[in-house]
Amino acid sequence: MIRETRKIKSQLAIIGTGLAGLAAGIFATEQGIKTTQVGHTGSVTYTTGYLDLFGSLSGQQYSDPWQGVDELKKEYPNHPLCQIDREEINVAMSLFVEKLTEMGVGYLKPGSKNLDALLPSGVCKPTISMPLTMAAGIRAKKTNASTLIIDFIGLQGFSGVEFVANLKPSWPELSNKRLQFPGMESGQQLFPEVMARSLEVPENRRKLAELIKPLINGFEYLGLPAILGIHLPDEVHREMEGLLGIKVFEIPTMPPSVAGIRLREIFEQRFPAQLITLIPQHKVEKLELTDGGARLFFKDPFGDVEIESQAVILATGRFLSGGLAAGQQSIRESLLNIPVSQPKGRDDWYSEKYFAPEGHGINRAGVEVDDNFRPLDEDGRPLSNRLFAIGTVLANQDWVRQRCGAAISISTAYQAVKRVAGLILDSTIDSPGKSGKISSPAR
Amino acid sequence: MKTNSPAGTKTLTTKVLIIGGGVTGTGVMRDLALRNISSILIDQHDLNSGASGSNHGLLHSGGRYAAKDRDTAIECRVEGEILKRVASNCIDPCGGMFVAVDGDDLDFASQFPDHCQAAGISCTPLSPSQAMEREPSLTKKIVAAYEVADATIDPFRLTLESVNHAMELTDSFYMPHTRVEAFEIGDGEIRAALCRDGRSGEQIRIEAEEVVNAAGAWAMRVARLAGCNNVNLLYSKGTLIISNSRMSSGVINRLRPPGDGDILVPGGTVSLLGTTSATIENPDRITPTVDEVDRILAEGTDMVPSLADARFIRAFAGVRPLLMASGHGGDGREASRGFALFDHKEQNLRNFATVTGGKLTTFRLMAERVGDLIAKRLGSSAPCKTAVVPLPSGPAICWTEPGFSARDWYARQDPTDRILCECEMVSESSIDSIINEAPGSEADMSVKAISLRSRVGKGSCQGAFCSIRVTSYLYDKGIYSSEAGLAHLRDFVKERFKGVRPVLWGAHVAQMELAEALHCDLMGLDLK
Repeated sequence: MIRETRKIKSQLAIIGTGLAGLAAGIFATEQGIKTTQVGHTGSVTYTTGYLDLFGSLSGQQYSDPWQGVDELKKEYPNHPLCQIDREEINVAMSLFVEKLTEMGVGYLKPGSKNLDALLPSGVCKPTISMPLTMAAGIRAKKTNASTLIIDFIGLQGFSGVEFVANLKPSWPELSNKRLQFPGMESGQQLFPEVMARSLEVPENRRKLAELIKPLINGFEYLGLPAILGIHLPDEVHREMEGLLGIKVFEIPTMPPSVAGIRLREIFEQRFPAQLITLIPQHKVEKLELTDGGARLFFKDPFGDVEIESQAVILATGRFLSGGLAAGQQSIRESLLNIPVSQPKGRDDWYSEKYFAPEGHGINRAGVEVDDNFRPLDEDGRPLSNRLFAIGTVLANQDWVRQRCGAAISISTAYQAVKRVAGLILDSTIDSPGKSGKISSPAR
Repeated sequence: MKTNSPAGTKTLTTKVLIIGGGVTGTGVMRDLALRNISSILIDQHDLNSGASGSNHGLLHSGGRYAAKDRDTAIECRVEGEILKRVASNCIDPCGGMFVAVDGDDLDFASQFPDHCQAAGISCTPLSPSQAMEREPSLTKKIVAAYEVADATIDPFRLTLESVNHAMELTDSFYMPHTRVEAFEIGDGEIRAALCRDGRSGEQIRIEAEEVVNAAGAWAMRVARLAGCNNVNLLYSKGTLIISNSRMSSGVINRLRPPGDGDILVPGGTVSLLGTTSATIENPDRITPTVDEVDRILAEGTDMVPSLADARFIRAFAGVRPLLMASGHGGDGREASRGFALFDHKEQNLRNFATVTGGKLTTFRLMAERVGDLIAKRLGSSAPCKTAVVPLPSGPAICWTEPGFSARDWYARQDPTDRILCECEMVSESSIDSIINEAPGSEADMSVKAISLRSRVGKGSCQGAFCSIRVTSYLYDKGIYSSEAGLAHLRDFVKERFKGVRPVLWGAHVAQMELAEALHCDLMGLDLK
C-alpha cells in the first residue's frame, strides 16, 4: 500500500489544546479565521475549573487582582500580564466566559474582585471566575450558612471530614455525611467522570436526591464533589437544586477532573466544524517556518499529514504538555528549539524549599516574545512574522503560584489571534471573515 | 513499668533507657529483650531517621575494606554470615562483584584477591565476559572482575522487626519524637533523662537503671549532655541516588580506592547508586545537592553506562558517625569504619554507655557488646542470643518491601480494598494494618510515619497523588480531625521534595510540574 501524505490548508494552525489553545480556537472562530488545531488534551483535565486572573505574589494574596498586577509590574515587569492593557485582559476574559456559557458550560461573569474559591482541602484560593455549578459555595462560606458536605465511599482524595476540619474555624456551620453513590455501591474505587456521566441520566439524579433528602433538614446549602454532569452541567445542577429544595454547589476533585473534562468535550463537540478542523489526541512532530507561514507535520492512523498554514500559534504548554523539555543541564523548547530564558544551571531551577513563597526559578523559564507575542531568537528578533506563542510556555510567569493561569492563557490567546487576524484577513482577498468582535489592530 | 505525674511532668520508669532508634538502638533493645531485660527506646524523630535509614542497604561481604581495614573486613564477613542466617526475611542474597574498568589502577585490582584471602573473604575471579553475562548492564571496558558474597538488607524492616520482637518478648516499648534534653546526675549515676515530645512539647522524665546512648551521629551530643567529652565523632555526609528500576541483579562495586560513584546496589525493584563522602560540621538537616548527584552519576556511568539514561526518583543524604582517633586527620574516607563502646567509667558514671561508629553490617555485633555490658551491670548472666535466634517477622512489618503490597493486594482479590498509592500499589487495608499494628503506631500516626513503614511516596510520582489520598483517608479514619492533618501533608511533601530536587531533570520535571499543580493549585498548600 502506498501511503500519501494528506495535506490540509489552513489560515491559522493552533498547536495545543489546553486552555490557551482552547481560547485561541474560540477567538479565531469569532474572527472567522479558518483554523486547524492539533494537540493532546491531557493537561486540561488537571484543572479545578476555576479561572484565575491574578491572586498571589511572593506569598501575598490579593482580593483585588489589579492591585496584585500593579505589584507584579514592580517585581516582574516582563510577566505576560504586564504586557497587556487591563481593559484588553478584561475583554478577553469576559468574551471567553461568554462563549463557554453559550456552549453549555456556564461560568460567572468576571468582576473586579477575586472570589473565595473552595478547594477540596478546605483551603480557599483567590480566583476571578468559576463554573456556575460551583458558585453557591462562595456565599455559603461568606455567610457561615449551615451547609452539608456530602462525599462518597470509594471517591478517593475527597474527604468531607478533611474539608470540614480545615474550614470549621472560619465556617462553624459546616458538617459532612458520607453516602454510597447510587448504582455504584460495590465499594470499588469511584471516578468523578463516571459519576458525572451517570448523573446525566434523570433517573440517577432522582435516586441521588432521594438519598440526600433525609439528611438536609435544616441545611441551607449542600456541597458535593464536582460530579454534576459533563455536557449540560447547569441543567443537572438546576435540577438537583429543584429536587432537593436547597442551594447546591460543587467542589473540585483530584484529576482527571470533571470541570476539565467539560471544557475538553465542549471544545471537541460544540465547535463550529465549518471553520475549525480539530485534530485532538495528536501531537505535531515537526514545524517548518516558511515565507508565507508554516508547515506542520504529524502522523495519524491513516498516515502522514501535512498542514500548510499562513500563521501558527504555539500553545504547547510547559513540561507536562511537552512544550518545554528539561535535559540534565538545560531547558529547551520542543518544536523549533526556540531559545528558552532560564536560570543559569540546574541548581537554580528549584528553590531549596518546596513552598518557597517566591516560587521556583524553573517555573519562570520559557519562551520570550515581543509586544506582538512573536517568539524571539538569540538576537532578540522575532523568528517569524507569522509565528506566535501564548499561554504557559511563555517566560517570566509562575501561573500555579501566582494564580494567574487562565488570564495568561486567555489574554495572550486574544492578543495573538488579533495579530493573526490583522495579518490574514486584511491580506486575503477571499477571506471568509465576518466582522468579528475583535477589532484588528491598525497596521 | 509505672507511670505517675508529679508536678505535671510524666515520669516513666524502666530498666534500660535506649537513646536512638536506628539499627543499633533497636538492636540493643532486642538483644536485651532476649536476655529478658526490658527497655524504653526513644528517638528524636522516628525509626531510622539517621544513617540507618539513609544508606544503600548493603550487607558487606567485607571486600570493600579488605585492602585498608582488615579488622572491619573480617567483622563484616562474620556478621554478614550471621545475619544471612538470622535475618533472612530482611535480606536479598543477591551476590556482588568488584570490577575495575579501563583506566583504573591495575595494581590495586590485582592485589584484591590476596587482601580478601587474608580476611577470609571468598573472592572468585571472573573473566570480563563472565562478568558481562552476570551483569549485562556493565561497561564493555572491564579489565578485572571478582565475585564476592555481597547481599542487600532492608534496614527499615530490620528495625521494625527488632522493635516488634522486643515488644513481644518483654514489656519494652518505643517512643518516637522524644528527644533527650538533659540528664539528672548524682552520686556517679544518671538518675533520669529529661526528654521532650517534639510534637506536643510535653516534658517526659524517664528513670532507668541503665542508659544506653546509641544516637549514631548524635551520640557525641548526647554524651556531652551527660558530661562525657570523650566521644569524638567526625561527621561524614554521604549522598546516594535511587533509580526507578533495578539496574543490576547483584551489587556492583568499583574495584579501586573508594570514590564518589563506586557502588550500585539493588533494592528490590530499584537500585541505589552512591556514595559521596564529605566532612561536615553539623549532622542536622543535611540535604543532597545537585553537584553531588552529578558527580555520583558521572562516576557511576563509567561502570554502568545505561545509568546515563536512567530515571532517578530521589536522592538522599546520611551522616556517617566516624570515630575520631586522637591525632587523626579530617578525611572521612580514611577514618575507621570500626565501632566503639564507651563505658564512661573514667567519666565517673556507673550506668551510662555509648556505642557509635560502625556500619549497618556490624550493627548486631555492636548491640551484642552493649548487651553484654548492660547485662553484666544489671547482674544478669543471660548470654546474647541474637546470633542464633532468628528475627521473626511480625504484623504490619512487610510493607517496606518493594512489591510486597502489590502481591498482597492481588492475593486478596478484594475490589473494595482500594489502592491509595498507585505507583507502589499500597491499598487501604495495608494502611489499616500499619495504623493498627506497626511498631510505633501507638503514637501519633501521620503520612510521614506511614511512609516510613510502607512504600507510600516512594514510587515515581514521589507522593504527588498518594500523599493527598492518604491524607484524606487518615481524615476519614478519624486519625486526623483538625487542620493539623493538612500541616502533616505539607511537611511530608516538603520533606520529600528535598530528596527529589537534585534529580529533577527529564521526565521528572513534568512530574514535578504536576505535583506542584496538585499541591498548590488544587490543595492550596502554599496559601495556608
